[in-house]
Parts: sequence; C-alpha cells; structure tokens
Amino acid sequence: MPLRPRLTRRWTAAAVAALVVLGGGTAVAASGGGGAVAVTEQDQVFTMPETPGSSQSVRIDTAYFTTGDATPRPAVLLAHGFGGSKDDMAAEARFLAQHGYRVMTWSARGFGKSTGAIGLDAPDREVADVQRLIDWLGHRPDVLRDGPDDPRVGIAGASYGGAISLLTAGHDRRVDAIAPQITWWDLNDALFPDGVFKKLWAGVFFTTGGTGSTNGGHGGTGGTDATGCRFTTALCQVYERAALSGTSDPAATALLAQSSPDSVAGSIKVPTLITQGQNDSLFPLSQADAMARAIRANGAPVAVDWSSGGHDGGDQESARVQARTLAWFDRYLKHDQGVDTGPAFRVTRTGGVSVSAGQVVQIGASADRYPTVDGTGRRTVALDGPPQAVANPAGGMPPAISSVPGLGALGQLGGLLGGNVSLSQDMPGQYAAFQSAPLGSPLQLTGSPGVKVQVTVDGTAPAVLFAKLYDVAPDGTTTLPHQLVTPLRVTASGPVEVRLPAVDHDFAAGHRLRLVLASTDLGFSSPAQPAVYRLSLAPGTALTLPTDAALTDDRSSLPLWVWLVPLVAAALAVALVVTGRGARRRRVTRAFDQELATLPLVVEGLSKRYQGSTDRYAVKDLSFRVERGQVLGLLGPNGAGKTTTMRMLMGLIRPDAGSVHLFGHPVTAGAPVLSRVGAFVEGAGFLPHLSGRANLDLYWRATGRPEADAHVAQALEIADLGEALERPVRTYSQGMRQRLAIAQAMLGLPELLILDEPTNGLDPQQIREMRAVITRYAAGGRTVIVSSHLLSEVEQTCTHLVVMTQGRLLAAGPVAEITGNDDELLVGTGEMSAEAIDSAVTELRRLDGVASVAPATEEPGLLVRLDAGGGLPVAGLLAELLRLNVPVERVGPHRRLEDAFLTLTGDRA
Amino acid sequence: MSSTETVNVQTSGAAPGYRPSRTLPLRVEARRQLSRRRTFVVFGIMVALPVIVWAAFAVGGTPSGRDGSPSLIAAATASGVNFAFAVLFMASGFLLSVPVALFFGDTVASEASWSSLRYLLAAPVPRARLLASKLTVALGFSAVAVLVLPLVALGVGTAAYGWGELHLSLAGSLPAGTAAGRLALVAVYLLVCQLSIAGFALWMSTLTDAPLGAVGGAVGLAILSGILDNITALGSLRDFLPTHGMYAWVDVLQPNPDWTGVVEGLSMAVALALVFGALAFRHFRAKDVVS
Repeated sequence: MPLRPRLTRRWTAAAVAALVVLGGGTAVAASGGGGAVAVTEQDQVFTMPETPGSSQSVRIDTAYFTTGDATPRPAVLLAHGFGGSKDDMAAEARFLAQHGYRVMTWSARGFGKSTGAIGLDAPDREVADVQRLIDWLGHRPDVLRDGPDDPRVGIAGASYGGAISLLTAGHDRRVDAIAPQITWWDLNDALFPDGVFKKLWAGVFFTTGGTGSTNGGHGGTGGTDATGCRFTTALCQVYERAALSGTSDPAATALLAQSSPDSVAGSIKVPTLITQGQNDSLFPLSQADAMARAIRANGAPVAVDWSSGGHDGGDQESARVQARTLAWFDRYLKHDQGVDTGPAFRVTRTGGVSVSAGQVVQIGASADRYPTVDGTGRRTVALDGPPQAVANPAGGMPPAISSVPGLGALGQLGGLLGGNVSLSQDMPGQYAAFQSAPLGSPLQLTGSPGVKVQVTVDGTAPAVLFAKLYDVAPDGTTTLPHQLVTPLRVTASGPVEVRLPAVDHDFAAGHRLRLVLASTDLGFSSPAQPAVYRLSLAPGTALTLPTDAALTDDRSSLPLWVWLVPLVAAALAVALVVTGRGARRRRVTRAFDQELATLPLVVEGLSKRYQGSTDRYAVKDLSFRVERGQVLGLLGPNGAGKTTTMRMLMGLIRPDAGSVHLFGHPVTAGAPVLSRVGAFVEGAGFLPHLSGRANLDLYWRATGRPEADAHVAQALEIADLGEALERPVRTYSQGMRQRLAIAQAMLGLPELLILDEPTNGLDPQQIREMRAVITRYAAGGRTVIVSSHLLSEVEQTCTHLVVMTQGRLLAAGPVAEITGNDDELLVGTGEMSAEAIDSAVTELRRLDGVASVAPATEEPGLLVRLDAGGGLPVAGLLAELLRLNVPVERVGPHRRLEDAFLTLTGDRA
Repeated sequence: MSSTETVNVQTSGAAPGYRPSRTLPLRVEARRQLSRRRTFVVFGIMVALPVIVWAAFAVGGTPSGRDGSPSLIAAATASGVNFAFAVLFMASGFLLSVPVALFFGDTVASEASWSSLRYLLAAPVPRARLLASKLTVALGFSAVAVLVLPLVALGVGTAAYGWGELHLSLAGSLPAGTAAGRLALVAVYLLVCQLSIAGFALWMSTLTDAPLGAVGGAVGLAILSGILDNITALGSLRDFLPTHGMYAWVDVLQPNPDWTGVVEGLSMAVALALVFGALAFRHFRAKDVVS
C-alpha cells in the first residue's frame, strides 16, 4: 500500500463510489486470476542486527508465497507502503506466485509485527534488511539463481516500498529488475522543494509513522521517543527542526540524501518500470522524471507510466499496474522475449464517464520514447497582465489552497460530482495573475511548463512564491490541473525562471491559461514576516509548454464482434432472402405460352390445400378456360372454393399444383400481366381515413400507370356516389363501398374484370344496374368473370358458367348448355300412375314440334323439349297436355343446374 | 364504355404504361400514410414533449438528479443544448421506440386489416417493391419523428434557457457549436439504433394482419430488452440486446468522446435490422395473402 493518510482513504472511499467499485473488481480479479494453482504462505520472523555490526537486533516479519513445486523460479520481493504491513501485499503476492514466481513480502522496520525504529529506507537499516532477505532467497532451492548466493530477484512496491526497491537495486547488484511506484527519487527535493518546507505532507508523513495504527512491538534502540516519534532519533530531530523553522539544514539534507535513491543514482542499472501518479503533490512527476533520466543514463531499460492515482488519491489503477509489473518481470526476470512490456511512456487520461460501462473511463496515451518533463516539442503562449503587488501576510495566514494531502483527488471529484467549483483558492491581494488570450486551438500539455517572471522582493528575507497554472474556461470556471503547485524561493530581485508542475493536461480551444503566483499555500511553510513583492512580466513574455506529438491516445480497441456481427448478419440476411419458397419459385418461372395468348384465362389442374392440411383441399384439380368477350359466371355454394380460386388468379395465394395463365402469361405473385386485370375480391379494401376519390386516385397512382389511362370518369359513374365521394370511406355504407370497389376494379378498363359476389349488399335497383354495367363492359370484347353463389344472379348476366362445389369443377360451358335450354320444359304434375305417364309420353311424342319427352326424375312430371323452330308454342303444349288429361300443376323451364345444385348442397343448406 | 381501343400489350404481358419499378411510388405511399391520424398524433407528441418537459421544469423548478441518475437531466436548464440532450435522454430508453415500432409495425398489417393490401398486390405492386416502399416511407416518418424531438427541444430550450455551451458536470463543457453538432450526430445515432426495433416491427407486420399485434410485439421487444439490460448479472451478454446501445451516446458528450458504445450500438442495430428485414422480405414474398 502506498503511503496514504487515512483521511484521504476515507474521502476517496466515501465519495468515489464508482472507483471503489472498480477497486473491488480489481481485488476479485487479482485473487481470482489463475486460481487453479494453490498458493501456500509460509510466515517466518527474521532476526537481524539493528545496524551492521550492532549488538541490538530487530525482528522482521516475513511471508513467503509459493505454489509448492520444486522448480527453481525467479523471486519477487514485494514491499509495502508507509503505514502498511506485509499483509497489504498478500493478494499481489498470490497473484505473482500463481504466475510462476517465488514471492516474499515483509513488514518493514517499525511496521506490522516487525520491530525497530523507522529508518526511512536507510541503507544500513531497511536496505540491509532486504539484502539479508535476498541472501535467504539465494539459498532456497526453489529459487532460480544467477550465481552462488545470487538469486534472480525483482523488487516491486509503491511509495515507501518503491523507494526501497530503488535503493536496494542501487546498493545490491543481485537485484535484477525493479518496479517502483509513486515514490521518491530525492527526498530533499520532495520535502523541501526549492528549499520550501512541504509542511503538511511532512507532518502527515511523520505523524503517520509515529502514531499510526501499527501494532508491532517496539524493540531495539530506536523505539518511541518522548514525543511519540517512531523514527530513528536522528530522523525525529530532523522533522522537529524543520517543522519549527520551516527550513532544512545541512544535517537534515545529508540524512535525507541517504534515504534518497538519487544518492546511488549511478548504481541503479537494472530494468526499471517507473509508475508515478499524476495526483501526487508529495512525490510529483518530476521525481519520476529524475529517476527515469538517471537510470536511463546508466543504460538500463526504463519505462515511465504516469498513472491516474498518486498520494492525493484517485484511481490507483492497481489492476493495470499489477499486470504491467508482471509483464515487466516476465520480460526481465523470466527473460521471456515474447512479452510486451508496454510503451516506453504512457499517460492515463480521463476520458470522462462511460454510461454503458457505468464507470469513469480512462484512456491511455502512449509513446515509444519517454519525452521527459521538457517534452519533445513545445508551444509558447503569450501571457499578459500588469505589474502586481503581492502581499505576504504576517504568519503566512490565511493561506491559499492548492495541494492539500487528498485534495488532488477531491479536485477531480469536484468535477465528478457535478460542481464546477474549483477547490483551489487564492487570497485576494496575496497573488498575482497573468493571463493568456483564448487559445486558438487545443493544447495538450505534457510536462513541466516554464516562464520567466520579474520579481522584486523587499526586505532581506527570501521571498517564497507558489506558482500554478490554471485552465480558465470561457465561462470563467478555473481548473488547477491535479491541484499541483510549485514553490519557489527568491533570494534577490530580478528575473526568475519558474518551472511549473509537470502535468498532462488538455487545454481546450477557447480556454485561457492563467499563471498565478501566490505568496502563501496551505501545504507549505512560507515566511512569517509580512512583506510585499512586486511581480511583473517583461513585454512579450510567453509560457513555454512542453508537448509530445508522438504521444497518441491508445485507440480503445473495439471488440471483434462489432465487425463480425454485422457481417454475419448480412450473410444471414442474404441467405434468408435467396433461400425460401418465393425465391426458388421465381427461378423456375414458367414461360409465356403463345398458344394461350388469346385466352384471357386458362386454369389447369389448379389445387390448393387448406393451410396446414395435407389432404383437405380448398380447390382440387380445377381446370377451365375463358374466351375473350365472355362473361363467365363462377358459380358455387359458399365454401366451394370460388374465392380461393380468384385469389390464385390474382397471384395472392400460391397454388399447390396446377397453373393459371392470363393472356398466355403464367400468374405468379405480382406478375406484370395482372396489370391487365381488374379485380374485386371478397369485399372492398380502402383506406378508411381517405375519401373515395382520394382512394381511387392513390390506387391508380400506386399502379404507376399514366393518369390518362385510368378513365376515372367512367369508373365514378359506376360508383355513383355523388357528393359522398369526398367523404372519408369510413363513413360509407356497405353498398357504397361495394360500388366504389367495383369502380376501382374498373379503373383503366382492364381487359379482364374479376368480380367476386358483386351484388352483395346492393339493393334490387342497384343489382339491376350492376348487371347492366357488367353486360355493357363485356360487350366491347372485354372479359368478365363474376362469382356468385346464386344461380339467378349469374344466369341473367353470364354467357358461360363454371360450376364448383367443394373445390371441384362440377360443370363448365355456355349458360344455356348448363342451365338447360329454354326449350326444355318441366311440366309439374300431380301424382300420376306409371301407365298414365307412359301413355302421356307416348301421346306427346307424336305431336309436331315436340323433340323429346321423358318422365321427370326428381319430381312428378314430364320433361318436354320443343323443337327450336317454334312449331309448337308453350300454350299449344299446355293445351295438348290438358287434352291428354295430364294433371298439370305448372309449366316452366327445366333448371337442370339448380337441381344438381340442390342435390349437391342439400345437406348443407 | 367504348370497346374498340387497341391495347399495346408489352412482352411481359403487362398493360401499356405499366412498369413494376414505377408502382407504389414513395410519394404515393407517403400520402397514403400521412393523412392518418396516428401519424399526426406521433408527430404531435414529439413536438409537445419538449414543451411539456419545459413546463414541468417551470412548475417544479430546476431538476435535481437522483443519486446515480445521469447528470444530463440535472443540468437540463443550463442551456438550450443541455435541455435538448436532457429531453433526448428521457426519450432514449423507450419513447423513441414507440413511433418507430408504430410506423414499421403498422405499415403492412394495417393494409391487411383494411383489405387494401390485396388490391395493391393485384394492381400489381411487386411484393418486394411494396415492402421496400413501405419500409422507406416508415423510415422517413421515423426519421422525422426521431429528429424532430431534439430539434424542437433545442428550439424550446434555447428560447427558455438561452444559447450557450453544453455543461457536462462529468467532463467540463462543450462549446455550443460543437454540442449542436453532437446533438445532430446523437439524433442520427438514435435513429439508427432504432433500426433493430424497426426491423422486428416490419417482420411482425408481415406476420400478422393485426396492426396492434405487430406494433405491440415490437414495443414488447423494446421493453423486454430494456428489462434484460438492467440485469447486470448478464454481463457482456447485454451488449447483444437490441436496446443496449440506446444510452451509449452519452459517452460522446465529453471533450474526449468515447465512441466505443456507439459503434457497438450501431453494429448491433445494423445487424439486427438486416436479419429482421431479411426475415420480413422472406416471409412476405412467399406469403399467401388471405386478408
């Protein structure tokens, strides 16, 4: 665990629920990753001399994690952060152990169950301890060795643990790779930047160590002194002096230098993965920068990772850092050449919030080269502002607020929680501000900006100023990136080079940059002596802002399915369309039949089963043809299959067998030949919200044919709707709709007109008119097919008949042929004896003008056919019958069809 | 009815002047649909919603975001674009699916229920062409409905709260011009997102003669998908739900837009629309029209 005050933690936990959730997920991932291998933990307490050669000893509590196998494997030492203990590292230790490492964790002196005073990673104390742990690892048979007593070992840790990794690598050549995180390079610079005491952080640092929650015993000579300080006596004194004076002194500087990896900079020659937090006012990015430059100068591979976390909080990206650390060790401890250790430089940027993912989105930007805080390129932005006087208040109170332990994270929270409130605050009169013009284009700052400021100090005390660079939005909202501030100590009036904090920040176009120099800051000691400084910019002064053009946002990799799914879907869609019944049908379209071209309609072997049935037919093996100029009646009782047949004629339903040809062209769904057919099938079909006229108009336009071909006037005449034509169809009566529908069928005067039960719902007058219309229509050589279940209906208008029942053809031919001749008469009689009938038949046959006589079969009576010549009128026949004493009850035309009809449908009627 | 005119029949057997490619022109289909009351009701709702939301804010005061609720609504009154995005956010989940489901689900089924379908098919309008015309017109109407909402919202919002930059409590702000551009993109995205529902509705429309059934089925799909999308236990399976991407556009409302969710949403919408559309064509082409 990094050094992080509990206050910070609580704030973070309480406020950034999303981040906590993320952290939770991380923990699960870490403990669950590769969980197949059981990891065993072996605890052991080492007793070590307090300092080399000392008679006092300290106890160091350790844990050793293995998967229990005997294969020699590289070892990793995991160091905990300030205020923590070895237990903090257990999860990561198990993770690494599962990935093929022997992992050792330990509680540093003064933490956890380890005894001794905190020596702040002193070379003769903490570093010596780690060297002894390396000795121990060097004797383990299950640890890979590079030589006698030289185990293959890497060290990783954050903050306090990061520094020990650097220091040990500098002091002990047996260390092979390190991965320090959010740690210091130069403790003097971290705690006394430019000689200004970072009092708040130092206080937190020393008091956490002093009164922290550690429950270890305090053996040894260090122990707790009278003030509760658990550091070594020397360190306690350094802190007390600094806290009182606000300045460092040579003794302190020397002591802190010992604990700084900077002191062994030339000896750290191992591959180093440097992770530094962007939210870190304690160990800012400049510490990592110095670290990277020094180690790179030694020729060792270095990668720099600016993570989103740091001592000020924020997302520590534990999972990502842990994964990257593993890759680093895989590459440099296991020497696995195939491992990608990631880019030489990576920055985590906040991309905002992903609603779909329900969390803050971080995007990485990376470059193949670490640009340092000076950048690979630079942009200059001119600053402007009058000379300003800055007062240093007596006692340095009240102070401006910028970086307060934990506030960096809070500053980001401010954004997250919806406030545009900047948490940084400058006291009026205590700061000078110089502002740029709005930026013409966005500016991605990566590094530490610089500017030259003219400072006039009065008095003898050195002036202390705090420089910060705000991002000012057009609406005046100010943001201090990562709440960072650089202190500077000015000893004499004159121009001062100011290096502002290193950050990665995107200044949007239209935003301004504001340089603020304040005399106070909550986090730092500043002179108590009241003073007034005069600050100004030389004309033409510009901020120099480092940039790195090579640093590009990692393209968030879209999942593969994003491309695959539409492709698969397209293939599936094509497959769906080219297969299926309709498609196959279209390929085997039967050709135009020249022989049938003159025939408006030819139906051959037409069959259609009921839906879902295999042997019940709505229409079965129906064949008939219609000649030009005929008015064909399709006659049959309800359910005979008339409508089904008509639907097949229209291509609305597909026959199971057989064919329909219109004018020689086979009928399929939407066959062009249907344009020569007008139809009224099973009731009207109109858009109820449109008027009758609009319906006809739009229907005709839907056919796409020229307007002149419609002959609307004639159709409207048939419809005979008068003013109702302009009313919406929904207001029409059944008869009106019927007439409109027939009118619609007649639009364009089709060569074949199909009317299904056209007189249904019409009154007798209209029925008569309809018959006339049909007759007239056919008179011009056009063909009409009329279906009906009433014989009388078709008999009067049709020239030909097709009679159907139960889906089968019963009869087809001219009306007269089917309905019987007018010459054939049925003479209805009362009961007659067989002899009487025979004699009557015999007598009648003798008469002139009688063609044939037969007894009626269905009822008592005689069937008499008169000669066509009309030699004998019906009246004459009647006279003869009466003469023969036939008990005539009635005389009328013999309707063979109707008889057949009744016989066939009798059961149902 | 004179009878002597000679007809120049085409080789296809068609009547003179008949060309399958000219049947049911879009203009005609649009007119047939446009005069329907439901069309006006839908457009009316789309126009009225921003006004209603504005009135609600005027009566109830500045909205306060519930815990965890999107800050877009909380910042609705900050500017015209803010208001437009807030209205769009409210409508994203379900409301926008309704007009789309209506226009697509109703289009064939209502013709079947009026019996006018068989007359169109016998005219003859080729089935694929009929479906294509209807699909295009439904798409056009849906586009108008989906696009009119943000447009009116932007107008109402600008009148009420002024023209200004988009305040994003999560990620600073965007200049008004950029935000208006994003609004247009988001509106188009939402339209494309609805295509999965549209495809399903069209398919349902060819399956049934009851317009309400088809529309209801499509709306039901949207609801079901929305419910499943809330079951976080389904994890990344939810990415494949038709409505999963409907809120993904929020991710592009930041200075560094995250397009991942949007691209995923587009991918699913296009894929589902293709499959459902193909099913609709496949079924309708071979269907026995008995309505």
